[in-house]
Formats: sequence, C-alpha cells, structure tokens
Amino acid sequence: MKQPISLIVNGERHDTLCQPNLTLLEVLRENLQLTGTKHGCELGECGACAVLLDGEPVLSCLVLAMECDGQQITTVEGLTRGASLHPLQAAFADHGAAQCGYCTPGVLVTAKALLDRNPCPSRTEVREALSGNLCRCTGYLQILDAVDAAAHVLREEKR
Amino acid sequence: MLRLPEFQLLSPQSLSEALALLQADPEHSSILAGGTDLLPNMKRRQQTPRRLISLRNVAELGQLTVAADEVRIGGSVRLRTIETHEALAAELRGLVQAVSQIATVHIRGTATIGGNLCLDTRCEYYNQSQPWRQAIGFCKKKDGDICWVATSSPRCLAVSSTDAAPALMALGAQVQLCSASGTRELPLADLYQNDGIHYLSKRPDEVLTLIRIPQRAGQRSAYWKLRRRGSFDFPLLGVAVAVQRDDAGIVQHAQVALGAVSSRPLLVPEASALLCGQPLGDEQIRQAAEAAYPLAKPMDHADMSLSYRKAMVKSLVTSALREVRGDDVSQDRQRLMRVLG
Repeated sequence: MKQPISLIVNGERHDTLCQPNLTLLEVLRENLQLTGTKHGCELGECGACAVLLDGEPVLSCLVLAMECDGQQITTVEGLTRGASLHPLQAAFADHGAAQCGYCTPGVLVTAKALLDRNPCPSRTEVREALSGNLCRCTGYLQILDAVDAAAHVLREEKR
Repeated sequence: MLRLPEFQLLSPQSLSEALALLQADPEHSSILAGGTDLLPNMKRRQQTPRRLISLRNVAELGQLTVAADEVRIGGSVRLRTIETHEALAAELRGLVQAVSQIATVHIRGTATIGGNLCLDTRCEYYNQSQPWRQAIGFCKKKDGDICWVATSSPRCLAVSSTDAAPALMALGAQVQLCSASGTRELPLADLYQNDGIHYLSKRPDEVLTLIRIPQRAGQRSAYWKLRRRGSFDFPLLGVAVAVQRDDAGIVQHAQVALGAVSSRPLLVPEASALLCGQPLGDEQIRQAAEAAYPLAKPMDHADMSLSYRKAMVKSLVTSALREVRGDDVSQDRQRLMRVLG
C-alpha cells in the first residue's frame, strides 16, 4: 500500500506516495524525475547511485525511501550554484574526469561530502573517500586531480 | 532491473516495541538495521521476508560507551562511527582495523556492527541473481537440495564473511541477545555454528542488541585481511589477534581468530596455549602460525586458489602477531591492501 512521505531534496520539499519496497534511488528517479543519480549495479557494489543523506554519502539503491522521510538529500542536481557549475563540476570538466559520465554523479556528491568535512584532503584521503565509486573509463587519475583542483578553488573562495 | 519484493515495513520507536513485533511472526520477519546485506539479498530473492522491522528509530541500540573496564557497542552503531571513534582507535585497534576494511565508505555509513556480526554466509553459487541460480539448479542454501561447492556435502558450505567477528572474538567480546521472552548473553564465539544455512545460534525472535568488550590493560590487537581488491571486497581470509604482555614482555593473554575459512569464524585455542607464558619471540610466532594453519579449510566457493588462501593463514598470523609486538609491518600491510587491487 502506498504511503505519503516527504523528502527534502536539494533544499526543496517533495511530497510523494510510495510503497515500502521502493528504494530512495527509485523514488528520486521515477517519482521525482531526478535522473541525475544513476542506476548502476543495484547491489551496493559500484557507487553510481551515491547521494548525500543529511550530508553523508550513502548508496540510494540500498536505502528504503520510507526510511528517509523528512531527511535532507543532496543529489548531483543540487550541486550547481544557479546557472554556474559547482567548482567540483567545473574541475571535472577541465581535467577530463568524466568520460562516459555514468559514475560521475556519484563521484561528485561523494567528493563534495569529503570536501565539506575536510577542505584540504591528502591524495590518500581522496582515494579512500572515493574507493567505493567505480569508474571504468578514466583510470581515476583525472578524478583525483579534479578533486584536488576543486579543493583548491573552494579554499580560495573561503579566504 | 532488480526490484525489491513486496513486504510490510514496521518502524517501532523502542526496543520493547520491536521485540513484540518480532515475536508476533518471527519466521516471516527480518530485522532491518543498515540493510546493506539484507536488501541486496532480497533483490536477488535469497531472502524474502514478509515483514521488515526497522531499528532506525530505536535509539537505545545506537549507544557506544568506552569505560575503563569495558567498551559497550549497541547493535545499531554504524560501522563508520566505530571506524572514526578516537578512543576506540587507541583501545581496540584490531576492531577499528577490521571495521575500516569492511565494504566502502558509503556502506559503512549505513551498515551496523550488529548487521556485520549477523552477515549472511556467502558463496559463489548463492550470491547470484535468481535467474542465474535457477539456470544452474538452486543450491541447498535457498530453494534447492544440493551443495554445488561439494555435491556430496551433507551441509551447506557457504563461508562466514564478517570482518568484525574475528576481531571481536580475539578481543573476548560478549553479545547480548534480546527477545520478548528475555535476555541472554553469550561469548561472541558461541553465536556461530559451522553450517552455511544455520550459521547463527540466534533464534529468529531474538535481536543482537549489545556487544561488550573487556578492556585489558596493555592489550594490543590487530586485524589482517586478504581480499582481491584493495578498495573493497569481502574477505578471502581474516586474521585477528589480541595479545596482553606484562612489563617483562611475557604474554599473559592471547587470542588468535580466523575469518572466512569456514562457515563460522574460528578461535585458535592452540595458538593461545602456545603464546601464553612466553615472550612474543619469532619462534613463538612461528608456532602460533603453524597451529592456526590446519584449522583453515577454505572451499571452492570464493575467489583465488584454495592453496594460496590456506598458505596465507601462516603469513597473516605472523604479520598480525609481529604488528602487536611492535614490529614495523606497515609495508607488508600496504602491499596486501594495494598490490592485490
């Protein structure tokens, strides 16, 4: 039986009806039409569906939507600043850190959570934070470079 | 797409309410803690409970306290909380090493310690989609009557894959199981049975509510994990050690535990007996590693060759004991974590 839930996605409240067996990923993509978050392995093995739940990265394919009632969710659609790219997005474009792009939304939000918590991460800390996000295209080095570059931009912004 | 089957979701606000809900229909209910093991299994139709009882709002299971004599960790404490807890990093290093090597940052932020201790046993013939399992013929762990790992085996050989259990067993942890009819406490080692299907002695109406770990002055612990990928993977072997020495360097208390070598995590009492009362010398470490070796019975249900996984028992017991002795084994650890990746 469908039940009402309300999700705060990218600062905007969404009221929707959902069945208990829907994952957060399914509700984001199918009920709210927020298709930036990608449907990957569906089993918690790839990181493509990562979103931030109250600021912490989680796999939306392994969280029941009803368990997120009333919580703050950040998806890749929430990164942009008006019409401008978030520094992470700009750095990913500049460094060629996205090729096919399927893993990119999950990587971006995971990197955002890292930089929110740790504005000056070491290369090891970036690697550890992103170790659950699989990328079959880039070989990861461009992704690591892009996160470093974005961290630098964000630190400069705060000065 | 892999969709979850239908179920009823119940969200109790207290432990007593959760236990009452569970007792109403234990055979058809599952506890939903982090869900990172249960939900993939449900998507693959390995588990199809009619009711899920969520522990998300049961605050009393989320407590973690560090006292001088004992560490108490609630069953719903998230792995990430344990991994990043400063006091635990100093007091129970082996546990933190084990927990920080479970799955990924994303999953550790959702998964719970109780869930990892109750982790379903794994097998290459079981952890597959329903069409895959149907095509080969269902195995006895779910819907069939044969074990594809060893077709003459009378029991299921799926492997225990929890990293936290060997680490906590080496540390002498006790677990508390609660049901509507009462509470019991048992050594963590007694939670497990060497059967891939009935791998827990926990009854269906019980919830793992608390882990109690005694604090021993001067004890040092370590956990070493063999896996295919350094980034994240289930263990192909886990070795946990905990050693307490007196001021003269004589071992007063020692435990060695193995994970991912059978359907249950194993203590190695022979290694404890060999180490106690002796200095932690190279010869004692060699003997302890020899004692652990025959207990490991890896089967052909996971990655890498059987002979390699068994041979690595001696290697990892040696590394773990050298680490608690104070040797610099950081390069060995780094190589194990990264080069295999």
